Amino acid sequence: MCSPRCCSAAARANGNAMNFDLSEEQTMLRDAAQKFLRAEYGFDARNRIVASETGMSRDHWRRFGEFGWLGVALPQEHGGFGGGMVETIQIAEPMGAALVVEPYLASAVLGAQAVARAGSPAQQAAWLPGLASGELVLALAHTEDDSRHQLAHVAAHAAATGGGWLLSGRKSGVLGAPWADGFVVVARTAGAVHEHRGISLFMVGAKTPGVQVEGYRVYDGSRAGDLLLDAVVLGRDALLGVEGEGLGLLEQLIDLGIVAACADALGAMGALLRKTVEYTGTRKQFDVPIASFQVIQHRLVDMFAAIEASRSLLLMAALHAEHPDAAARSRAASAAKAGIGERARFVAQQAVQLHGGVGMTEELDIGHYFRRLTMFCHLFGGSDHHLQRFAALRGAA
Amino acid sequence: MDIDFNAEDLAFQREVRAWFEANTPPELRRKTVTGEMLQKDEIVRWQRRLDAQGWLVTGWPQEHGGPGWTPTRRYIFDLERAAACAPIGLSMGVIMLGPVLMAFGAPEQRAHYLPRIRRCEDWWCQGYSEPGAGSDLASLKTAAVADGDDYVVNGSKMWTTYAHWATHMFCLVRTAGTGKKQEGISFLLIEMDRAGIEVRPIVSIDGEHSLNQVFLTDVRVPKKNLVGREGQGWDIAKYLLTHERTSIAGVAECKAHLANLHAAAAERRSGGRPLVEDAAMRLKLARAEIELMALEYTNFRVLAATAAGKAPGPESSLLKTMGTAVQQTLSELDIDIAAEKAWPWHERGEFGRGRYAHAMERYCYSRAATIYGGSDEVQKNVLAKMLLGGGAR
Repeated sequence: MCSPRCCSAAARANGNAMNFDLSEEQTMLRDAAQKFLRAEYGFDARNRIVASETGMSRDHWRRFGEFGWLGVALPQEHGGFGGGMVETIQIAEPMGAALVVEPYLASAVLGAQAVARAGSPAQQAAWLPGLASGELVLALAHTEDDSRHQLAHVAAHAAATGGGWLLSGRKSGVLGAPWADGFVVVARTAGAVHEHRGISLFMVGAKTPGVQVEGYRVYDGSRAGDLLLDAVVLGRDALLGVEGEGLGLLEQLIDLGIVAACADALGAMGALLRKTVEYTGTRKQFDVPIASFQVIQHRLVDMFAAIEASRSLLLMAALHAEHPDAAARSRAASAAKAGIGERARFVAQQAVQLHGGVGMTEELDIGHYFRRLTMFCHLFGGSDHHLQRFAALRGAA
Repeated sequence: MDIDFNAEDLAFQREVRAWFEANTPPELRRKTVTGEMLQKDEIVRWQRRLDAQGWLVTGWPQEHGGPGWTPTRRYIFDLERAAACAPIGLSMGVIMLGPVLMAFGAPEQRAHYLPRIRRCEDWWCQGYSEPGAGSDLASLKTAAVADGDDYVVNGSKMWTTYAHWATHMFCLVRTAGTGKKQEGISFLLIEMDRAGIEVRPIVSIDGEHSLNQVFLTDVRVPKKNLVGREGQGWDIAKYLLTHERTSIAGVAECKAHLANLHAAAAERRSGGRPLVEDAAMRLKLARAEIELMALEYTNFRVLAATAAGKAPGPESSLLKTMGTAVQQTLSELDIDIAAEKAWPWHERGEFGRGRYAHAMERYCYSRAATIYGGSDEVQKNVLAKMLLGGGAR
């Protein structure tokens, strides 16, 4: 694994064509996350959090903040670490392996990056320190009932008033919604429902009058919700970024979200392979461990190969996350989502299959990984959607 | 070769269609469309309704209360029932134990149990798998030791579907520990209210409770509950599993499911347009339909061969692998179409939203289809033996 820094100038200066090593800081981040989550976020502890009334541990969230994980890709002047996606995936992968339900992707990536990339100095000062420390949760509300994964399909609308904006509409599938202190809401300020121009982003406090959250528990153990916006009165300073030019930012946020989600999925896939190798090595049928059967061995190797290819695609996408050409960045993200999505599905299904009946039980963690990876497969659009996006961007990149 | 229905068949089709249209309770229809688990009393009421019409034990011979239909009529009946979104309503008693008793049961066992199965007076569960005996079923350890007029049964059965609803269990037990392990197995009928039986729930990854582990501790079972001879249990089990595998193809269910997927994709919007207009979605639906056609015509061929008097053999393994693959594909398409509408989990007794209320539940449980009734890997071993004769290892 490498950062854009280490595999470009420095590596070439050394005469190395490639350097995929992590820097010392990146290694430390990754090791610390693995160590903490293994010790403090075991399967039983995790299930207690899922079953609790709020469904997340604020204590853990603040600990994640203290460790610097939530601000890893935020600017240093706002309490961040000043890293990028290569640092982010060092955290996201162990979180997937530990089935963490707290809103790392939803808030630390999607929400926080929106503010970090487009926020005014005042918006950054208001949100980033709290997001980095784990005091605040900020969710991105972009999907609508009829949009599916078409980002330009925005019907929610915001009208300019004398002192600011009047926002109305309905958003669905908002990750982390019940926990959110605020939302980055995608709404239309001009144009027809599907037009690329005229989309704007707004910072909306969760307690603003007219904002209603219909929260639910998601099948992967996290929480999400629908957002009802009924004539919400916002100040002029609620606008995030440039009026009418929000689609580019939204595309960028989704690409970043995809990279983080892919890392999370890779963590879950790796955990499943480890557990499946262990199980098939101990489960005996016909007086021998089932891993002694060639059909099982080859299936395990297929899972391993799927994970290695996924790691390569993740690395590729992470290295393109800050590419100056938006089409090249989006193509990389879509390639990773399509390629890893198919493999995540395969690994999840085969882990259940090779565990047999016990893989079908709620008591074992296998099914929970299965559901997390199923969620990943459909998040931000499935493989078909990203194959189409990848193909469509070919001319543009 | 002829697959056209004749005039009588067409009249029969109209009759069946009209009956299901008029008699399927809306609540059962809704649950069948969304994939929600039916409750015991719903299944019992529905089975009795079908039995009153003479349409429950459609696969049984006439002497035991079957309607005496040709394979064509049974096919038409299944299609129409599924198309009306009426639940299959069949139980392990009807599909599995009935045929076993007809083939291996004593006259008094048939006379006692078969009418009770038909009228749903007994609910049967299947005691096959054990914690240590899954794919290697013959290594089962639950022991039945003769003691006077009884067997004393000790052991544990696993993945016992609906054991918590059952009044009876048909069970594979070990009556001899010597010789080939298959030869020491017997087929025993056990009433679930006997002393020493404990049923513990297993919650599966769909969040539902249909599976159980059954513990048997010094359970006394009269010897008259033995089906066939001592040591004949393995042959009976193989006979029964073959029956299970042919019914597992589920062509009619898959056709109804596919129709529902088309309706869902027409209703769902993507970027404001009907999702069914999306090129990738159309290809997926088309591919699933073609797989289903291959399944349907393979099923026809096997049915035709069995109607001609050939016992179902390894081809039932082929039907099982093909059928479960199609079922899993269709369940996956549900959550694909639903996207975030399938996210909600265990909220107010529902899962996803609207027609997707149980889509994720169904997808999760569909993964069991390649595990139960002999895993995919075991079916392929059976097929490999057929292909390679003694050469398969």
